[in-house]
Amino acid sequence: MSVRVALHSPTGSRSFLERGLLLLVMLIFLEGTVLTLGAASSPDISAQDNTGGGHDRRDDHRGIAGSHEQTNYTYTKKAFPVLSLDYHHIQVPFEISLWVLLASLMKLGFHLIPRLSGIVPESCLLIVVGLLVGGLIKLAGEEVPPVLDSNLFFLCLLPPIILDAGYFLPIRPFMENIGTILMFAVVGTLWNAFFVGGLLYAVCQIEGTYLSQVELLPCLLFGSIISAVDPVAVLAVFEEIHINELLHILVFGESLLNDAVTVVLYHLFEEYSGAGEVTPMDVVLGVICFLIVSLGGIAVGAIYGILAAFTSRFTSHTRVIEPLFVFVYSYMAYLSAEMFHLSGIMALIACGAVMRPYVEANISHKSHTTVKYFLKMWSSVSETLIFIFLGVATVAGPHAWNWTFVSVTVILCLVSRVIGVVGLTFIINKFRIVKLTTKDQFIVAYGGLRGAIAFSLGYLLNKDHFPMRTMFLTAIITEIFFTVFVQGMTIKPLVDLLAVKKKQEAKRSINEEIHTQFLDHLLTGIEDICGHYGHHHWKDKLNRFNKKYIKKCLIAGERYKEPQLIAFYHKMEFKQAIELVESGGGVKLPSAMPSQVSMQNIQPKKLPPAVAERALPQFTKGREEEIRKILRSNLQKTRQRLRSYNRHTLVADPFEDGWNDFLLKKQRMIELEKKMTEMSNYLTVPAAPPDSPTMCRARLASGDDFKAEKAGAKVIPDPNAFYNIKASSEGVPTIQVDLASPQSPDSVNMLNEFSKRGAKDQGLGQREVATRDEDQGLMMKPSSAGKEEKGEEEGGNKNPGLMRCLSDPGPSNEDEEDEPFLP
Amino acid sequence: MGSTNSTLSKIPNVEELMQETGFTPAHIVRLYDRFEALDKEKTGHLRPQDFGAINRLAMNPIGDRIIGAFFSPGQETVDFHSFVRILAHFRPADKKRPKDPSMPEPVNSRTSKLKYPPLVFSLISVAFQLYDQDKDGKISRAELLQVLRSMLEMQVTEEQLESIADRTIQEADLDKDDAISFEEFRKSLEKVNIDHKMSIRFLR
Repeated sequence: MSVRVALHSPTGSRSFLERGLLLLVMLIFLEGTVLTLGAASSPDISAQDNTGGGHDRRDDHRGIAGSHEQTNYTYTKKAFPVLSLDYHHIQVPFEISLWVLLASLMKLGFHLIPRLSGIVPESCLLIVVGLLVGGLIKLAGEEVPPVLDSNLFFLCLLPPIILDAGYFLPIRPFMENIGTILMFAVVGTLWNAFFVGGLLYAVCQIEGTYLSQVELLPCLLFGSIISAVDPVAVLAVFEEIHINELLHILVFGESLLNDAVTVVLYHLFEEYSGAGEVTPMDVVLGVICFLIVSLGGIAVGAIYGILAAFTSRFTSHTRVIEPLFVFVYSYMAYLSAEMFHLSGIMALIACGAVMRPYVEANISHKSHTTVKYFLKMWSSVSETLIFIFLGVATVAGPHAWNWTFVSVTVILCLVSRVIGVVGLTFIINKFRIVKLTTKDQFIVAYGGLRGAIAFSLGYLLNKDHFPMRTMFLTAIITEIFFTVFVQGMTIKPLVDLLAVKKKQEAKRSINEEIHTQFLDHLLTGIEDICGHYGHHHWKDKLNRFNKKYIKKCLIAGERYKEPQLIAFYHKMEFKQAIELVESGGGVKLPSAMPSQVSMQNIQPKKLPPAVAERALPQFTKGREEEIRKILRSNLQKTRQRLRSYNRHTLVADPFEDGWNDFLLKKQRMIELEKKMTEMSNYLTVPAAPPDSPTMCRARLASGDDFKAEKAGAKVIPDPNAFYNIKASSEGVPTIQVDLASPQSPDSVNMLNEFSKRGAKDQGLGQREVATRDEDQGLMMKPSSAGKEEKGEEEGGNKNPGLMRCLSDPGPSNEDEEDEPFLP
Repeated sequence: MGSTNSTLSKIPNVEELMQETGFTPAHIVRLYDRFEALDKEKTGHLRPQDFGAINRLAMNPIGDRIIGAFFSPGQETVDFHSFVRILAHFRPADKKRPKDPSMPEPVNSRTSKLKYPPLVFSLISVAFQLYDQDKDGKISRAELLQVLRSMLEMQVTEEQLESIADRTIQEADLDKDDAISFEEFRKSLEKVNIDHKMSIRFLR
């Protein structure tokens, strides 16, 4: 470990500097574009405020131009404008794209500087970027556009994040802790709202604060806005600290479910702050309203979820649009819920959670991957945009700073959160089997971050009804900044300091799956014997009902009969098969591997032993092309194999498993491969040589800069050189790699690799581990993991080409996947 | 409370039983009521048929095994004390309950009479015993296959079952003896945190 660090540091510091410079240049460039954009756009924004006028003006303009042309036409023929500028034509989409581009580039940039993002959470950095952008726009003397508009936020930015959360919600821990989560979400939020609102009102009544005009109801309204924990902020911070599953689900679940409370309180107080009188009747109505809002939201979500599942039953002939159904139905659920002022967040969560198991059984593997990618991409971009916009809005907004109000708000929020959590835990712990320790309570209390939802709700307030709106907004922004910056930045060191249990690597083994099911059955049995209708009893009933009726309706074909265990097993084997094929081993000599054989029992189609025979025939030119294509796509695939979960990257599978015995097998394979390459060169296809995934990625990411940098930093032969695949022996149908031929750089490379393997192993490994660490930022990873992977790649890639060509490791092994992805 | 006391007084050695199992009087009464309800012929003993009469248990894929766990080898009936003792395994791990160090003697001496001699009050060991029907301390391939077969309810081919069983053993088997020992079993379940997650609420 220490050796690795020592070797890594000289190149590391250098690349760090260069990356910093690169980022700076990028930033300046971006600021420049945004600046000019701001300058160009601002008149139009003012024009858009009275849209009618804007339209008229444009029409006038066209009319004038037309008449002008006509009049000109008679006299002299004006030259046809070869190039003309019409910025207004594209302004809106162009600006949207620019913002998205800015967000994505910022995200990219932060991941290039691992040290910075190691200390400061991404959310903070993004807010700072937003502040900078806003500041620059302001410096240019322009009006800052109202980017964080409530409509935009609630209708466009928020849904992807929530859907992502709902679709990938870990159901089991969520349901196991549902009582605690609900307690925190409902009672906790109520308590926070009334405690903060009430005390704030009391403070405002003190002489000398100049706040005596603030009434009770606006204060309570403010309290209800400020007291809700924000899912976006929580996700952003908790993803980075890798806290254990229980705490994560507690805080995150609370942030999701408190939406209903917030919605009801918000509408109640908004309604009555005009009327002034609150009767007991209103309280009762409020409670009923809460039930309707939350349960209604869930019902709407569930209905759409079931519809989505049902639709996906029939998509087997039009695979391309499958992912779309997932998104559209969820969005419809959200909109429908919002239409009735039900809790849209709960609807989305319910929709995602309900549809997922059925949709996953129905849609193809590729569609599933697409769904995953799109969800991750959208949610990640939205989140980035939200934080940037938060920064911009801070610069933009009119502020009314009142020291008393702001500081009291911040303090009260902290105090009420702590009291609420401690008090509620005291009650909850009486019912919990696993008690929440003091540490847990601390993290739950400290993790209560506020975010953009509060801001947007505050932004929605009507200025006429609430003269204090500006002050409220300022206080809300301050509270958000306080929680995101102070709490968000300190929570990670605190988690380390308190030695709170971290998340374990979530690899599920088939043993776990079997034994968990077994234990479930066992406990259900015992509950039945005791005559106790508890948790397990109802779960079992639901499972049976699900199996008997729902699955039959919602899952196409025979798959509904497939027990969960089998599905799990297939998934796992499938995964492993991909890995085996990717690494080039395994297929050739199935007899060497027992599990390979067993796998073929289940899906004989999967990796036919016939591959070995097929390896020999001759290739035509067209085939070669194809091979190259497949190779390229496979290289990408290798790159995407990630080892730990991160919301912003695709999930490495939780099912990725069997790593160790896999490695053992690999070892065997390597030995065999060696022998084979030695005795039979005809098997070797001139392939894009093994190349560490990170290098490919780096190259793709930032072209020449990186190449230069790497070449400079490198001791070993530059692997970039072999990236360009050339047809080695043209016109010859058989691919025979002449090891002595100088024309074939690839084969030379093969030799190189054999001879220099010892030396290269180290260097490459070092680099790879290092770069990987940098790329993935905060991911926890044992150093050995990288090495293992390296070893495997090195070994497996000895003769990767052929196997990759011949057996597309894509999901085509599944039955329904036989048709092409694009019809 | 009156009814509780009267029920308790019907049970012999109730104090001892409570101390040993850590159940509260309310638990004992509740279990006793259940016991009597199951014991249709009022013999004071339960026979396998009595358990079999529980409808939902008959639907349980591993119901037979669960019933079997209540009967020591060669014994046809189970009395209330054994019944309670066995159910005590499914209590959640409880810090307040005196652990073995504080009262090692009574627990050990009595539990030694139970079916599982080196008894730790843990669900894992119970589950393992349920797998390990021939009590050789290992889950063999055949035993695993049996469990899989009953859990998957005949919806899969024998071939698939076998490959799953192979895979499972291969994965968990650390010492390469083609069987899963208790230690290996425990290891493969390490991450599930069974003792916390899986216990029956009302038995706390």
